[in-house]
Amino acid sequence: MVNTKIDLCGIPIDNPIIAASGTFGYGYEFAELYDINRLGTFSFKGTTREPRIGNMPPRIAEASAAILNSIGLQNPGIDAVIKEELPKMRAVFRKPVMANVCGFSIADYRYLCERLDKCPEVGWLEVNISCPNVHGGGMAFGTDPRTAAAVTKTVKTVTHKPVIMKLSPNVTDIVEIARTCEDAGADGISLINTILAMRIDVKTRRPVLSNGTGGMSGDAVFPIALRMVYEVAHAVHIPVIGIGGVNSPERVLEMMLAGATAVEVGTASLINPYACWDIVLGLPETMRKYGIEDIRDIIGGAPLA
Amino acid sequence: MQEGIFTIAENHALTGSIMRMKLLGDTEAIQRPGQFVNIRLPDRYLRRPLSVCDVDSMSFSVIYKTVGEGTYYMSTLQKGLRLDILTGLGNGFNLDRAGRNPLLIGGGTGVAPLYYLAKALHRRPAHVTALLGFQNADQAILIKEFEQLCDHVIVTTEDGSLGRRGVVTDVIPEEYSFFYTCGPEAMMEDVYGKTDTDGEFSFEARMGCGFGVCMGCTKRTLLGYKRICRDGPVLEKGELIW
Repeated sequence: MVNTKIDLCGIPIDNPIIAASGTFGYGYEFAELYDINRLGTFSFKGTTREPRIGNMPPRIAEASAAILNSIGLQNPGIDAVIKEELPKMRAVFRKPVMANVCGFSIADYRYLCERLDKCPEVGWLEVNISCPNVHGGGMAFGTDPRTAAAVTKTVKTVTHKPVIMKLSPNVTDIVEIARTCEDAGADGISLINTILAMRIDVKTRRPVLSNGTGGMSGDAVFPIALRMVYEVAHAVHIPVIGIGGVNSPERVLEMMLAGATAVEVGTASLINPYACWDIVLGLPETMRKYGIEDIRDIIGGAPLA
Repeated sequence: MQEGIFTIAENHALTGSIMRMKLLGDTEAIQRPGQFVNIRLPDRYLRRPLSVCDVDSMSFSVIYKTVGEGTYYMSTLQKGLRLDILTGLGNGFNLDRAGRNPLLIGGGTGVAPLYYLAKALHRRPAHVTALLGFQNADQAILIKEFEQLCDHVIVTTEDGSLGRRGVVTDVIPEEYSFFYTCGPEAMMEDVYGKTDTDGEFSFEARMGCGFGVCMGCTKRTLLGYKRICRDGPVLEKGELIW
């Protein structure tokens, strides 16, 4: 028996596979397909203070081995998430869940974390300072080390749950931002959110996405995400969650060799709804194939060049 | 929803740019007319959502128009190729609302899901009228097939090259119990304005996942935000905002 259990910021999880925010809803669509309790955990849909419908359609575009989205954080708002979604989720998921929150002000982040701190279903807070599809929120806080630090410091004052800062790749130096978050008290770092991108329809000569730009994710971004995880993991002392293009047990191992303690699987679930399930089931065999007995042994195993 | 491997049995042109693809495999998850499938193509990342046009216990077919690079690529796929397909997606039409003399109003390739609906209604004691609108005779499809199933079929073309000249909403009769419509949004908006009974509209959208988790295809309705893929693609007239 190989060991897939890891410790994520003080909370043990059965395996390092986490379904990523925005690709897994609140879990119950997937619970119709397979037992989602087999996952390490999942990060629920990015939640804001007020309900949001998001951007105008079209808000999905295609690229080579990738997808662009400009959803814009459609979600029912924190009140409905706590009153309606969490009880529904609890019926199908018995493990601590990761709560993904996004704000338009530092006060928003504080309020959201304060509310979710009181929810027993929530294990970790994943603080999204990296959504590229909203104006004056999300990524606006994650592209400047000072605001990233301010958000981190503020939310740390209102919760005892582990705070994981989700970072944007759309910055000059992601390592600096990660270090600043660590210094401000973050318990973990997750990266990367989507990469700012666009497509233009040659026939209409207009951007395909009505928002103009969107965030790119999927298979194609994996090497970029991996490089950033590698750089950040070597620069901080807190756990790093690797996100971006993970779609197989091999890529889980690659992310962990780069320094990730766990991984999030996102866009892969949109293309293959069984993606997380397949990875969880395939991980032990893949570990044996590479002679790995304990998955913790490989974290950060790829040496610095 | 069910994921399965299907084999292309046919992939041929019905008319110039309108293709029909027939796929062999387990069709158990396809339960109602108006539901759709989401087809994974080799070398394409996003699946292609298409309404089911016809189904039996061993196969189903879809109709698509080659408009862009993706659908052109799809039209080159050969018989025998195996495809990963999600079936049984979306809510589908509610047949119980048909009443005694329902109306089917289709435009272009939007007639495809109405064909499966006509087949299902054919088994019921209903007097079905189909209104089928096309740009011109070269784009007209499935007319004979509808004629075999429906009590009355009226065809319109915008240039008058087949049937009556004009658009399909010009020929809406005075009496009918309920309507079902699928076609371009402008046509359906016209249907919305020119009908006085309840009805159901089948929508098309750019989708990320097709099963309700990515929030890519949200539409605002009087009953709140609906996901075309999961809460639709069929929406009721009473909930639409036009």
